[in-house]
Amino acid sequence: MTLNQICQWIDHTAVSEWIKQAAWVVPTVQTIHILTIAVVASSALMLDLRLIGVFWGNRPLEVVKARFLPLIWWPLLLLLATGIIMITAEPARSLKNPAFQLKMLLLIAALVVTGLFQFLHRRSSTSDDGPRAAAVTLAIVSIVLWSSIIFAGRWIAYFA
Amino acid sequence: MVSVEIDRALEWLQSTPFALAIAENDILFPWIESFHVLAIVLVVGTISIVDLRLLGVASLDISARRLMRDIIPYTWCAFAVAAVTGSLMFSSDATHYGHNRLFQIKLVMLVLAGLNMAAFHLFGERDIERWDAPGATTPVAAKAAASISLFAWIAIVSLGRGTGFTMH
Repeated sequence: MTLNQICQWIDHTAVSEWIKQAAWVVPTVQTIHILTIAVVASSALMLDLRLIGVFWGNRPLEVVKARFLPLIWWPLLLLLATGIIMITAEPARSLKNPAFQLKMLLLIAALVVTGLFQFLHRRSSTSDDGPRAAAVTLAIVSIVLWSSIIFAGRWIAYFA
Repeated sequence: MVSVEIDRALEWLQSTPFALAIAENDILFPWIESFHVLAIVLVVGTISIVDLRLLGVASLDISARRLMRDIIPYTWCAFAVAAVTGSLMFSSDATHYGHNRLFQIKLVMLVLAGLNMAAFHLFGERDIERWDAPGATTPVAAKAAASISLFAWIAIVSLGRGTGFTMH
């Protein structure tokens, strides 16, 4: 099945047709998506700022991680669910969209970086923050990635 | 009479060089909008951390004052970016945004958020010494301010997204 055929198939499902005729669904789902991104991106920023050493510096790294890492991982389920609803409503607008495709690549990279944070966590249980230069680099990469994901998400509307 | 004056002001704003530039350029608006979304995401995310502390839900192991001093400067920076980018987008189509009902309610919600914050700093924070310490129970006034803040910001995001869908 080609991407075009997949899009056409989704387009003709009952769910997709129902979402299309209910004008309130997409704006509502987009709002939930953005509010959830606020939780994820800000939690990532808090961790990043702790790693860079800007603040939360008086908290042990483990405490800051216990507070914010779950707020990066768990809301992803809600982002996935709301994302799938938006794709179901307009499959070609997203799946065939270069901004959407870039966003998914950036998301995978951000998740790898978040996974590395956890690895850093385990390694740093003996020394305090682990290798500092590595932590700062990871934090800056994380900030750039999450910002780019938000940008790419907004640009989906303009590549459609 | 007043509405005629407002309409005239909106038309003037829309005819300024930067407003015309945004309206006529294909990529300027999306770029400004992207910064707006990034900024609002950080405003909502960071202020929620403070609100949840005031509600007694999270970050209870940190002094409330310390938490606010650390985080609120970031909220303000993000808010400044959101306000500037928002004003630029508004100017590019001022007459339509000005008459959009959802956008009008969004402005009311922004005022509510601002007044709520001012009231908290002026009155709610007065006795902060008594409940600032990690683990101390926050008073009803702080909890009320935090609830209003969360409600206002969620409404602002919803109405902002709604404005985008009702502009044509």
